[in-house]
Amino acid sequence: MAVPKDYRYTDSHEWVRIEEDNLVTVGITDYAQEKLGDIVSVELPRLGDEVERGERIGMIDSQKASSEVFAPVSGVIAEVNELLNDDPAVINSDPHEEGWIVRIEVEEIEQIDDLMSADDYEELIGRLDEEDAD
Amino acid sequence: MAAGTEGQRHTALFADHVRAGGRMVPFAGYVLPIQYQGIAAEHERVRTAVGLFDVSHMGEVLFRGPKALATVQRIVTNDVAAAKPGKAVYTPVCLPTGGIVDDMIVYKEADDRLFICVNASNKDKDFRWFVEQAAGECEVLDLSDEYAQVAVQGPNAPELLARVLGEDVRGLKPFSFLKKDFRGADVIVATTGYTGEPGGEVYVPNGAASALWNRLLEAGKDLGVGPIGLGARDTLRLEMKYCLYGNDIDETTTPLEAGIGWTVKLGKGGFVGRDALLKQQREGLKRSLVAFVVEGKGIPRHEYPLFVGDRQVGHVTSGTLSPSLGVPVGLGYVDVPNDRPGTVIDVDLKGMRRAPARVVEPPLYKRP
Repeated sequence: MAVPKDYRYTDSHEWVRIEEDNLVTVGITDYAQEKLGDIVSVELPRLGDEVERGERIGMIDSQKASSEVFAPVSGVIAEVNELLNDDPAVINSDPHEEGWIVRIEVEEIEQIDDLMSADDYEELIGRLDEEDAD
Repeated sequence: MAAGTEGQRHTALFADHVRAGGRMVPFAGYVLPIQYQGIAAEHERVRTAVGLFDVSHMGEVLFRGPKALATVQRIVTNDVAAAKPGKAVYTPVCLPTGGIVDDMIVYKEADDRLFICVNASNKDKDFRWFVEQAAGECEVLDLSDEYAQVAVQGPNAPELLARVLGEDVRGLKPFSFLKKDFRGADVIVATTGYTGEPGGEVYVPNGAASALWNRLLEAGKDLGVGPIGLGARDTLRLEMKYCLYGNDIDETTTPLEAGIGWTVKLGKGGFVGRDALLKQQREGLKRSLVAFVVEGKGIPRHEYPLFVGDRQVGHVTSGTLSPSLGVPVGLGYVDVPNDRPGTVIDVDLKGMRRAPARVVEPPLYKRP
C-alpha cells in the first residue's frame, strides 16, 4: 500500500499535496481506491466553487457503491481532473498522480498543518486493517 | 477474514470460496463472496458461458399434509393449484394491506407436499408468518439449515447440469424441477434462476454441497465455468428488472405497483391481501416501478430522488453501471403517468448534479 511521504492525509482517506504557496492538489488514497474496487464514475465540483473544509466536493462510484470526497482544506476549486470523466479507473491504477481529483486555491496554507502526516496515516490504515482482520 | 464477519454463519461452501480467493463479506447473517476476480468479468461469464452461485443463505420451507395445497393457495397471490406437480411458481406473499411480505418460488411436488424457497433476509419472518397463517391446517417445516443451494446460470448451464445430474435435466422446461441422485444424496434441480439466463438452481443437502460444487467446476472447464459472487448476482438481476426484496419491494409496496401483477391471480379464490389488491386494481395505480437508463454518466443508487422538472416524482430503488450495456441503469418508483416508456426523469445525484434518464420497457438487457 503506497503512502507517499511528502503528502498530507485526512481520516476520510483524501490526500493533499502542496503545489505552490497557495495551491494544493487533492485525491483519494491508495487504501481508499483499493477498498472501493473498480471505479466506474466520478462526479466533480465546478470550477470556482468555494468550498469549506469537510464539505463534500465530489462522488466516486465503484461498481458496488457510491462514496463521497470531502474537501481537506477550505478554498476555491481552481482545477478539476477532466481525465476522470473519460477514464475514472485511473484512480485505481494511479491514485496519487494521474488519478488526482481537484486543485484547490487556499488563502492560508497553514491549514494543512492540521492534516495527518504520512506516518500517522500509515498507522491509521494499519489499525483499520487490523480491525478488519478480527 | 473480512470486516464484520464475526458471529456470521458459514455456508457448506465457505472453505471453497476462501480457497478460490473470494472476497468474503457479511450478508443476511452469512459470510458470502461479494466477488472473485471482479464483478464485470463474472457478469460477463454468466451472460456468455456459465457461472456458479452459492445461494445457500436462502431459506427452504416445506408445507406437508392433506391440506398443504389449500393452505399455500390461501397465503400466496399466484395460483399454485393451476400448476402441475413438478412445476415451480414465482409468487409474492402479501399482508392484508397488499404490501409484500416476501417474494418466493413454490415447488409443487404434489398437492400434499409443497417446497418453498424464500429470501435469506426474510426467512425467520416468513416462517413465523407461514405458521400463523397455516393455523395448524398442515405441517410447516423450516428446512433452511439442511439445504445448501447452488445456482448454475448461463447459456452453457443446461449442458453442464446435464453432464453432472443426468440427460433428463436437459429436457426440463422453464420453471420445472426434478428430484435426482447426486452421489447418494437427494437433490432437487429446478430450471429457475435470477439472472435471465438459462440454467437452474440445485437444492442439495449440506453434506453433499462441496462435492457438487467442485464436480460442476471440474465438469464445466471446457464450458468456461467459474464461481460468481453476490456483486454480479445483483447486476445480472437488475438488468432483467427482477425485484430485490428490501430494495425494490417491501411491506409498503404491492405486487401491482412493482410490475409483477401477473403473479396476482385475483380470480383464483380468497387469499391474504386479495381485497386490498382488488381495490388498488379498480382504483388504478398511483405509482409504479420502472426501469430507466441514464443518459451520460452518474450512477443511480437506492433512495436517490427522481424528478420531472422541479417536481419530485419518485425515488430510485436499485442502480448500477450495467456491465452488459456499459451505461448506468436503475429501477425506481415514479408517480403515474411518468412511468410511461420514453419519459425523461432526472436522477438527483445526492445534490451534486441531476443526471437525465429515460424510462424504458423492461428488461434492460435482452438476450442476443
